[in-house]
Amino acid sequence: MPKRIIIDPVTRIEGHAKISIFLDDEGNVSDAEFHVVEFRGFEKFCEDRPYAEMPGITARICGICPVSHLLASAKAGDAIMAVNIPPAADKLRRLMNLGQIIQSHALSFFHLSAPDFLMGWNTPPAKRNVFGLIASNADLARAGIRLRQFGQEIIETLGGKKIHPSWAVPGGVRSPLTEAGREKLRAWLPEAYATSKIAFDLFKKTLDTHKKEVQIFGNFPSLFMGLVEPDGTWEHHGGKLRFVDSSGSTIADQLDPQKYYEYIGEAVQPSSYLKSPYYTPLGFPDGMYRVGPLARLNVAEQMGTPKADAELKKFKKLGLPGAVTSSFLYHHARLIEILASIERVEISLDDPDLLSNDLRADAGINSLRGVGVSEAPRGTLFHDYTVDRDGLLRKVNLIVATGQNNLAMNRTVAQIARHYVRGNDIPEPMLNRIEHGIRCYDPCLSCSTHAVGQMALVVRLIAPDGAIVRQISRI
Amino acid sequence: MSSPKPKIAFYWCASCGGCEETVVDLAEDILGVIEKVDIVLWPVAMDFKYKNVEAMPDKSITATLLNGAIRSSEQEEMARLLRRKSQFLIAYGSCAVSGGIPSLANQFTREQILKFNYEDAPTVVNEAKTRPRLEYQNNGHTLTLPELRNVVRALDQVVDVDYYVPGCPPTPNITKTAITALLEGKLPPKGSVLAPNIALCDECPRKRTRPTSASFMDFKRPHQLLADPELCFLAQSVVCMGPATRSGCGSQCPAGNMPCTGCFGPTSRVRDQGVKLMSSLCANIAAKEEDEIGKVLEGIPDPIGTFYRYGLAKSLLRRKMNLPFSGERNGHG
Repeated sequence: MPKRIIIDPVTRIEGHAKISIFLDDEGNVSDAEFHVVEFRGFEKFCEDRPYAEMPGITARICGICPVSHLLASAKAGDAIMAVNIPPAADKLRRLMNLGQIIQSHALSFFHLSAPDFLMGWNTPPAKRNVFGLIASNADLARAGIRLRQFGQEIIETLGGKKIHPSWAVPGGVRSPLTEAGREKLRAWLPEAYATSKIAFDLFKKTLDTHKKEVQIFGNFPSLFMGLVEPDGTWEHHGGKLRFVDSSGSTIADQLDPQKYYEYIGEAVQPSSYLKSPYYTPLGFPDGMYRVGPLARLNVAEQMGTPKADAELKKFKKLGLPGAVTSSFLYHHARLIEILASIERVEISLDDPDLLSNDLRADAGINSLRGVGVSEAPRGTLFHDYTVDRDGLLRKVNLIVATGQNNLAMNRTVAQIARHYVRGNDIPEPMLNRIEHGIRCYDPCLSCSTHAVGQMALVVRLIAPDGAIVRQISRI
Repeated sequence: MSSPKPKIAFYWCASCGGCEETVVDLAEDILGVIEKVDIVLWPVAMDFKYKNVEAMPDKSITATLLNGAIRSSEQEEMARLLRRKSQFLIAYGSCAVSGGIPSLANQFTREQILKFNYEDAPTVVNEAKTRPRLEYQNNGHTLTLPELRNVVRALDQVVDVDYYVPGCPPTPNITKTAITALLEGKLPPKGSVLAPNIALCDECPRKRTRPTSASFMDFKRPHQLLADPELCFLAQSVVCMGPATRSGCGSQCPAGNMPCTGCFGPTSRVRDQGVKLMSSLCANIAAKEEDEIGKVLEGIPDPIGTFYRYGLAKSLLRRKMNLPFSGERNGHG
């Protein structure tokens, strides 16, 4: 008799979700779905708020990447004021965004994902976590914790607080970097480079022992989207959007991010609170695209810094002749972005502008609609505000990184389930592989369900008659 | 033989994950905590399943730190389960303590929120007006989603709460103090907020410049002025929630040249944080004629978002309409 498997909740991802796996009469997987069970409704309840308060309010969409919302929101405010912010303010915002990328990617790699591929799928659940990692490889765990701390230090040094700093404002930023702050951050650099190297060495070994995972953890054709500079260099806070397909060809380039609604649509599915964005010229669901580290490295031609560029060359080889299509390699891409960010932080710290006090452009409301776009650690983030003459929000639209990976996460779950699930029995290591498929995207479901709530995971095995054969829940 | 380690659980409901990050931000200190306790549930960092928790004897968890507001049926269920399994249930962070920013949603009906999100948002393509469904048939399989309740509630509006740790997010120092008090069994009376019971102004570095008798000619919005980094915000005609807000955060926002927005909630002597600050501001408006007063108040265009940013669910206002917590169709289509 056919069945259904439920994994609930998916642990070690930042939010609440569940997975349903459908079995046919032979006990093979016929389909799988990833459902997000949380929703908060930010877009509606931000109405009537002043646009200048939005950086502080929307930071609370996500405590993992509050800086991303802070910056996208401030940029939307810049657009409403129709100003170019002072160069120093732009450089400071970029520095904070790099800190955000380092801390978030370090958290994803060391705290959340490394326990799986370093300790092995067969390690019992109670040990397969950051504490297990601490017990089995204390030096590595400590290095990872400290790398994340470096990113958090950048944020705290600039914003006064690690989580939800109220620092970026429409028109610029509140305060510069101090000389003391700059020296404090500089002192972290050698250790950050060293940890980055340890992570690369480790992941290279992981690649040798995880060939199968590279093959089946979300390895399929899709589009990839990310910001790039005009010459195709990796971007994280400015630039224009580029889409490439899985053959590596650019299908759209230098798209104005402010006009995202001309090429991104969102479908609604009855089984999830999370909407499914797609590239509208290809329709739904063919317009499925991925965002985040893997996508950004697929759209970028170079990183723009020497060490990261050397790593990017090796990374690109993994996808030849086309783009890198395996979501397992999000981990790899994350490490390259950490390295690129450390290099850019190092360069940036030498810039005297960071100590400048010319930090604000001042203006009234000159445009009734403003869109702010930035690369969050998990992908491109859009804040779109329509205001009245008094600056109160009349309409808000948010498209966040994880939401854009919704369709790809579904495909990934189905691909892994098809490979591992046979019949009614679901051994624990197999379940963890399915969860890891989701974890590759480092989904931040509190973020993506800004609209309603959060994610944990349930996997259900569902028989053809709809009966639940086996349900595994995690909170 | 040493006594068994206390069991600690972390759980999250309608929240952003920032509270979880605070715990992670204890960083290397967390290694010390781990040695003293058994973490029995922490979805963001460890693999555990519902059934493991259900199987535990009642009251076998020493303390659960729960963050996030309660919006869905599933969160409500988890709050009840963890209440039953825990000796101490601690509301951790603004959302669990008082509804937090997500409770600003209580100004709107659930239908307004869902309709915008799934039908009216500019990028939505949804001619069939599909909505996420509580029960959905897919090839004979029934898929379910938790129900969204009509309103967002604080944790103690759903279950009995022993202690409160405020903040958006709570700062590492008050988190450490709370965990230490728990481990050492040195807890204040049930229902206490585990943060100093004095107003933020008392610890604010700008304290000595606080005007003894303010007289507001207007209110300025923080982005409109380059604020003096040492002068009390109220002396600069910027609304600062400090006088109505509990201290314990280390004055991070005023120290960073931004006014307090009230995330630590009121002290025990204040019934309603928003009313407290509004009444003190209004008493000090220089204008005496109604239309002039109106002009001054134009500087505060969003009183709910200003005075109740983190606590609408627990305020005297609570919500815009007197809605039941649940309903028949719930706007899920």
